[in-house]
Amino acid sequence: MQPTTLEANTRAVADGAVIDLRGEIDGSARDALTSAYDAAAGPGNLLLDFSQVDYINSTGIALIVGLLARARSDQRPVSARGLTEHYREIFEITRLSDFMTILAG
Amino acid sequence: MASLQPTIRRVSLRRPRSAAAPADVAETVTEPVQQATFDDESLALDIAANDPIVAYLESASGAVELATLDLDSPALVELRANGITLVVPLVSNGELIGLLHVGRRRSDQDYSADDRRLLETLAAQAAPAVRVGQLVREQQAEMQARGRLEQELAVAQLIQQNFLPKELPQLAGWQVAAYYGPARTVGGDFYDFIELPDGRYGLVVGDVTDKGIPAAMVMAATRSVLRASAQRLQEPGAVLARVNDNLCPDIPENMFVTCFYGVLDPATGHLLYANAGHNLPLVRSGSESSELRATGMPLGLMPGMNYEECETTIALDATVLLYSDGLVEAHDPAREMFGTARAVEVLAADREAEPLIADLLGALESFGAGHQEQEDDITLVVIQRREAAPSSALADFELDSAPGHEREAMRLVGAALASSGLEPARLERLQTAVAEATMNAMEHGNGYSANRPVRVIVSLSESEAVVRIVDHGGDHAIRAAATPDIEAKLAGLQSPRGWGLFLIEKMVDRVDQHTKGSLHTVELAMLLKGGDDATDDA
Repeated sequence: MQPTTLEANTRAVADGAVIDLRGEIDGSARDALTSAYDAAAGPGNLLLDFSQVDYINSTGIALIVGLLARARSDQRPVSARGLTEHYREIFEITRLSDFMTILAG
Repeated sequence: MASLQPTIRRVSLRRPRSAAAPADVAETVTEPVQQATFDDESLALDIAANDPIVAYLESASGAVELATLDLDSPALVELRANGITLVVPLVSNGELIGLLHVGRRRSDQDYSADDRRLLETLAAQAAPAVRVGQLVREQQAEMQARGRLEQELAVAQLIQQNFLPKELPQLAGWQVAAYYGPARTVGGDFYDFIELPDGRYGLVVGDVTDKGIPAAMVMAATRSVLRASAQRLQEPGAVLARVNDNLCPDIPENMFVTCFYGVLDPATGHLLYANAGHNLPLVRSGSESSELRATGMPLGLMPGMNYEECETTIALDATVLLYSDGLVEAHDPAREMFGTARAVEVLAADREAEPLIADLLGALESFGAGHQEQEDDITLVVIQRREAAPSSALADFELDSAPGHEREAMRLVGAALASSGLEPARLERLQTAVAEATMNAMEHGNGYSANRPVRVIVSLSESEAVVRIVDHGGDHAIRAAATPDIEAKLAGLQSPRGWGLFLIEKMVDRVDQHTKGSLHTVELAMLLKGGDDATDDA
């Protein structure tokens, strides 16, 4: 299989947790994302930082949908930042942006 | 004597010069009517086959005194009227083939037994010789008649071939092939390619009812009028109406012309067409077969006709077959027709233009088991829309089917189009679509099989950047992109996946998919200028 090309590091912040993402979000990112979410367990906001992400494909979008679904059942608001213009557009087209707050920069 | 006229035998008689003249011994020969030539002393005698004298003479054993006969025979009356008193039948194979006849003896005495023997010997020796002579003459006459027919056929063929295109048009991005096979009797089939002033091409296939020289002449006239009208008029319906009005006054009665006329724009594949009662052209596109339907009366029946005009766009890799009824109405030994269904079957093999024609002729041959003489002219014209020549490609590469290789496709496409004038944001969208399509190709098309690479071809037209992604999953059905429902996905009611085709369609200005044989191609195109923002129609 393809080597994992995503690093996902979770850190706690005052109002919840931040997951810093680095690399590519594709099919190989499943475990990294799952572990990162597990590590962010607890109440409060969840912020996904995409500023070091250079590639998201449709499988990656499916993984983000899965992560959103978990956050939803955990009743955690999710926001995202650091998306390029291109991926911000894709988040809009797929309506991911209707279920997470897209922060500038 | 099968070659003799069945009801009439013509016998030439040499008329006795005078009653006082020495006894004439003259040959009387039956011969076919059409070659009866006699000198001024001859007299032709028609003996009807049912004249009782025929049966009588055929069974007679030698010379016969006409005076002794009591038959209700018109021939007998005529023979007597010409002064004939004695006849010796010339019989070959039990059939009466002539008469040796004599008039009254100079001495007015009856013929002696010696005289009769002499005549009978003469008749016995003459009969086979006369028969051979007759056969030779029959043969010669037949040869002459056949020669005339052959000559006519040769002329018809000459006209026909003179009015068929000498060469096929060279259309960029198109394959064209044509076949014309005349029946022995030469029908009135024709086809034509007409270069039009605006860069479009007129496509013609027609068939004149009737055969031989008249059909060839009408075909030549139709073609000329059609060529002239096509240069003046844009619309195929109007062209056929004009040709019809031109033909009507002069066309021989009971003759008419069926004709399909289409105007093809080679740049776009757009085809505008009308049909004057000709066989409906067949189209093979992807895995679909269809007919180009348009209604209209055959040409030359009635002036003032209108012709329905229809249009279609020939898709990339689609094949159009124009043909004449010589194809679909060919019979097998059991008199079953070849039919369009068999032609459609051959088309479904998705072969190139030339081999397709060979396949059609092969199918026809094995259908008729090669025993049947070709009944009618066969005309086949194949046009196929193909990818632009590879030389116009900016990049053409293959990637092994392995996860992650879509990134390489993105990178290479980005590099190929870096200086294409496509603005960076739109190039990025195209690249995302390329990645998705390449993933689909590797996974669904090639099953991530190492020996099945994905081919990516990048090209640039005047208006578009085009990327074609080719996999080996041609035999798989092409799935339509369902619109993913994120609410259902978040609620766990729908798989979180299923974004690929949706994304592709949202990212680019145009997506086409087609299958040819085992190859499946996704074509992604981005307008170089002024494309709509995809988010507008999201």
